[in-house]
Amino acid sequence: MYTVPLPRIGTDLAWRDAAKRLIGAGVSPEDILWDFDNEMGELFAIDTPLPPVTRRIKAPQSFVEMADWVVWHKDPQRFARLYALLWRLRHQPGLMQDRADADLAKLRQMEKGVHRCKHKMKAFVRFRDLRQGGARRSFAAWFEPTHHTVEPTAPFFARRFADMDWMIATPDVTAQFIDGNLTFHPGQPKPDLPEDATEALWGTYFCNIFNPARLKVSAMTSEMPKKYWKNLPEARHIHDLIAGAEAKVQEMRDAAPTLPPERVAKIKRQLRGED
Amino acid sequence: MSRLDLSQKLAILSDAARYDASCASSGTTRRDSRDGKGLGSTEGSGICHAYAPDGRCISLLKILMTNFCIYDCAYCVNRVSSNVQRARFSPDEVVQLTIEFYRRNYIEGLFLSSGIIQSPDKTMEDMLRIAKRLREVENFRGYIHLKTIPDAAPELIEEAGLYADRLSINVELPTDQSVQAYAPEKNPATIRKAMGDVKARKDVAGERSYTGKRGKRFVPAGQSTQMIVGADGSTDATILGQSTMLYGDYKLKRVYYSAFSPIPDATAKLPLIKPPLAREHRLYQADWLLRFYGFGVDEITAARPDGNLDLDIDPKLAWALQNRALFPVNVNRASKEMLLRVPGFGTRTVGRILSTRRYRSLRYDDLLRMGASLKKAQAFITAHDWTPGGLTDSVNLRARFAPPPEQLSLF
Repeated sequence: MYTVPLPRIGTDLAWRDAAKRLIGAGVSPEDILWDFDNEMGELFAIDTPLPPVTRRIKAPQSFVEMADWVVWHKDPQRFARLYALLWRLRHQPGLMQDRADADLAKLRQMEKGVHRCKHKMKAFVRFRDLRQGGARRSFAAWFEPTHHTVEPTAPFFARRFADMDWMIATPDVTAQFIDGNLTFHPGQPKPDLPEDATEALWGTYFCNIFNPARLKVSAMTSEMPKKYWKNLPEARHIHDLIAGAEAKVQEMRDAAPTLPPERVAKIKRQLRGED
Repeated sequence: MSRLDLSQKLAILSDAARYDASCASSGTTRRDSRDGKGLGSTEGSGICHAYAPDGRCISLLKILMTNFCIYDCAYCVNRVSSNVQRARFSPDEVVQLTIEFYRRNYIEGLFLSSGIIQSPDKTMEDMLRIAKRLREVENFRGYIHLKTIPDAAPELIEEAGLYADRLSINVELPTDQSVQAYAPEKNPATIRKAMGDVKARKDVAGERSYTGKRGKRFVPAGQSTQMIVGADGSTDATILGQSTMLYGDYKLKRVYYSAFSPIPDATAKLPLIKPPLAREHRLYQADWLLRFYGFGVDEITAARPDGNLDLDIDPKLAWALQNRALFPVNVNRASKEMLLRVPGFGTRTVGRILSTRRYRSLRYDDLLRMGASLKKAQAFITAHDWTPGGLTDSVNLRARFAPPPEQLSLF
């Protein structure tokens, strides 16, 4: 029996290393307990050292790529499910192509969940200007991800916002980018970030790019679920936009056609080359 | 008139831009700012940073440089004869808004459009100045979409292609007659020539010279256009025929369909109908069938004698119901082309079927797990443990999918 401790930061590499050793030594799935971030406590801990790396383990590339996503899922069963599939792959090399296999389908579904969470994090993190002066500008955001997606998503922000310092704080893991160095730290409670006047301008844009004649609330909420709204500055306008939409359109319909402004005749003459 | 502040200008000039359907920020070159000397990145697929209650994605800061305009297009909120409030951004204001919004992760970049002021060339030059400043002074590496002014000088349009990821020129309405009737100052031939020029220039940029060097980057995300649906009497067959021409002759990346929707201070020439959203949706579905599923325009529009799509059921289902003799197809043996024609199967499902059936024979439940919509597909397929029996040819098959008839309201 093995208990494998997996840290909250660096989960992917730790799982991969452990899986390599265990599969190499032929340890079957039911003999392994995966312990994420000491959540099991001391009760079940069995201090058997992991087997040494004995030989090169071959796994299909598509499995390795899938595992790199699934390890960040919040489901406590994720490590066991991955290992169980890896175990089956030893004798069923074509298994990864079988899109109808129930175990694989479940893992693919989890992969999709992480994929979506990562995508939503790229979309919905909202930075505030910390106005700290200095050579580089600095920004910070508070975000609440569904899965453990800060670590795999932070490099995206590093590629995009490389000329500024930033921090993305979450209850799970906090990412910090200072002078070009990306580091991870334990999660934290919501910090008190200073007000940022640009949020009001963004709200103005959000309200005016909305077309009240095309109200489709469910299309919005399916892509921007309500659970994200509390950290999106623009979301505070949604209620009023929906409530006022119908009246706005009616107003447009009721308005009688107006006479064109006086300058029109002159502009049209110019366009025709008559002036 | 009192001077407008930035927030008031933003309100007016985003309000004026919301009738442009495109907000795409995908398909350009991969760029990043890891060198620490610039801002921004593009990584293949764009990101929708927010959704408005109209269900549309907000990916770009979509604004007009100015909504002053000397043209008088009947469907447009900014036409010269309209009394909407006018405003004009300075180039600096557009640059600052773009950069500050981008730094806070609100947007993927800028979609800049404009009313025509003074002359087409002058307008295009001002837009270019903004794009150039973003790229060369701010070192902005995010996405830029410029709406080109078709009547502007070709050199200006060419220069725009060096800064922009995407250029677009709207054909506005599906037929030349409609453009002449509703947008008298616009010339459909000029619009097509401008699209042709962009295509030709992009073709050249894609070629390698004899030394193997590539040309300068030129609109890497290609060009797109938009057509207003429901303002004139064009049928769906006409619209889709026009799209096929645009995709074929000008290699457009996208044709957007925009349901004509009520605008403030509308002209008496066009009725303020409820925007035909269902029609717009069916056109997009048909557009997808043309581009990714191997359908021809005639096949899609043959189902109804009036040349319009069936609003109650999707166009693939409508086609299958008309061509039941071709069904059911055996998912374990049918060709890829035929699988793509099964209602309820998307391109991904078809890919999964093809890869899995090499290993074993597929069952009904397998298809469910692969993401097929079997509610639609089941009448049109056979699988290892499934045959539709009389379902394929049953008289009331259409009724299973179409919404129940609505009672007309009397009052």
